[in-house]
Amino acid sequence: MGRPMQVARYWRHFKEKYRLIGGKCKSCGHVHFPKRPVCPECGSQEVEEFQFSGKGKVVSWTIVRNPPSGYEYYKPYPIALIQLEEGPVILAQLTDVDPEEIDFGMEVEMVTRKVREFEEDGIILYGYKFRPPIK
Amino acid sequence: MRKPVIIGVGLTPVGEHWKLSLRDLAVEALLNAMEDAGVDKVDSLYVGNMASGSFVEQENLGALIADWAGLGNIPAVKIEAACASGGAAVQEGVKAVMSGLEDVVAVVGVEKMTDAWPSDATRYLAYAADAEWELFHGVSFVALNALAMRLYMKEYGYTEEDLALFAVNAHANGAKNLYAMFKKPITVETVMKSPYVADPLKLFDASPIADGAAAVIITTEEKAKEFVDKAKMVEVAGMGRAVDTINLANRKDFLFLKAAHVAAQKAYKMAGVEVKDIDFFEVHDAFTVMAALSLESIGAAERGKGAMLAKEGQIAIDGDYPIQTLGGLKARGHPVGATGVYQTVEAVWQLRGEAPNQVPDAEIGLTQNIGGTGSNITVTILRRV
Ligand SMILES: [Zn+2]
Repeated sequence: MGRPMQVARYWRHFKEKYRLIGGKCKSCGHVHFPKRPVCPECGSQEVEEFQFSGKGKVVSWTIVRNPPSGYEYYKPYPIALIQLEEGPVILAQLTDVDPEEIDFGMEVEMVTRKVREFEEDGIILYGYKFRPPIK
Repeated sequence: MRKPVIIGVGLTPVGEHWKLSLRDLAVEALLNAMEDAGVDKVDSLYVGNMASGSFVEQENLGALIADWAGLGNIPAVKIEAACASGGAAVQEGVKAVMSGLEDVVAVVGVEKMTDAWPSDATRYLAYAADAEWELFHGVSFVALNALAMRLYMKEYGYTEEDLALFAVNAHANGAKNLYAMFKKPITVETVMKSPYVADPLKLFDASPIADGAAAVIITTEEKAKEFVDKAKMVEVAGMGRAVDTINLANRKDFLFLKAAHVAAQKAYKMAGVEVKDIDFFEVHDAFTVMAALSLESIGAAERGKGAMLAKEGQIAIDGDYPIQTLGGLKARGHPVGATGVYQTVEAVWQLRGEAPNQVPDAEIGLTQNIGGTGSNITVTILRRV
């Protein structure tokens, strides 16, 4: 499972990973995730924070059966490209779902879950995953 | 500008070289290429390598390899563009020769992958993705390509069996290449019976982790005459290189390799050729779906028709679009940072007319080398002199 890096490496992205805050261009209105210093649509450097709703749909998915080291404990796990309702596509794990039920266009919502643990130093990494909405 | 010509090639077999280290492999390929070219010194060395720091805890490969190959106090650097490192290193060598700054340049691509544990190797390969927004979520490179494969099949109505044909073709050709890792033909059934690595992508849709090194010697057309006969010379007629978003999710179109399109158009223009003039294509079939997407983005097939070329048998050695003529990444093997140089060596064999699986009367060949999930791509056109 390896040893974590300095804590700063992980907490600097809490806004994005815990709350799904991305960027919105003040010039052209383009929203993206994560927030960038330069708008990928118009090149403007005037980008402000933008709160995504956390709702989206599955664009494509796979089941990771041979994970990178550090993630073996969780295998096999589904990973998907998810189009957020505001437009951008992001990559995340799917959770609380039967892999057989995953389909193109399946509705999902963001939840905060454990992404990785390390055997040394006790840091646990959390982040967004997506699941079918609880109705 | 000066016309760049390849006058020597060298390589090691691709495989699991338990007895050989990174430096052993690189030096062997490099010295073979220098012998083939008839040169005993070079003005500079460019090393194509993706991840030696991770795989074998060794950086500064320029110094290491030049030192161990006895090249003296020349300039030597490592060029990194993920799995396209080899293709990029060849292009940097060509640029050096064209610029007039260096007359005889050596390029060696090398990767030593099998010293690492398999799951660590999977992790190191994923360093070519976006560490914070892809690898953090536990994605592997295979999984990223599986996402594209699933979309490709859905969008254009292909089956897993259809895509397996790319692996079958690669193995059929690799069986004739003594330097290939896999020299055994396979069938669609072989692919279909192999286990899923990342559904719908199976073990036999993927190229293998491997060790290997390949090298070329580049000089000017004028200078080449001092070393070799014309029959040995192959011109680097055109080249292009481009990047795309590092994160697959940020692509506007998941099924078009924009970087390959841009790179190919540049290369065609520089060489003054069109796709129909090209006799064979060494494309980057790290995964079967990437062979299809590559053919489409470089213009050899219309969008959605890349896999059709495989179904129609046009990618075979006697087809209109022969690809992976000596096994490609799938059967020759994919020692990542070396792959682009292996492609170059194989193209040189074809154009010299000395390939063990010869494309009849080959005059112009193309190599296309992908780094990341289509995020860094080189296209090079080689022509018989
Ligand atoms: Zn903008």
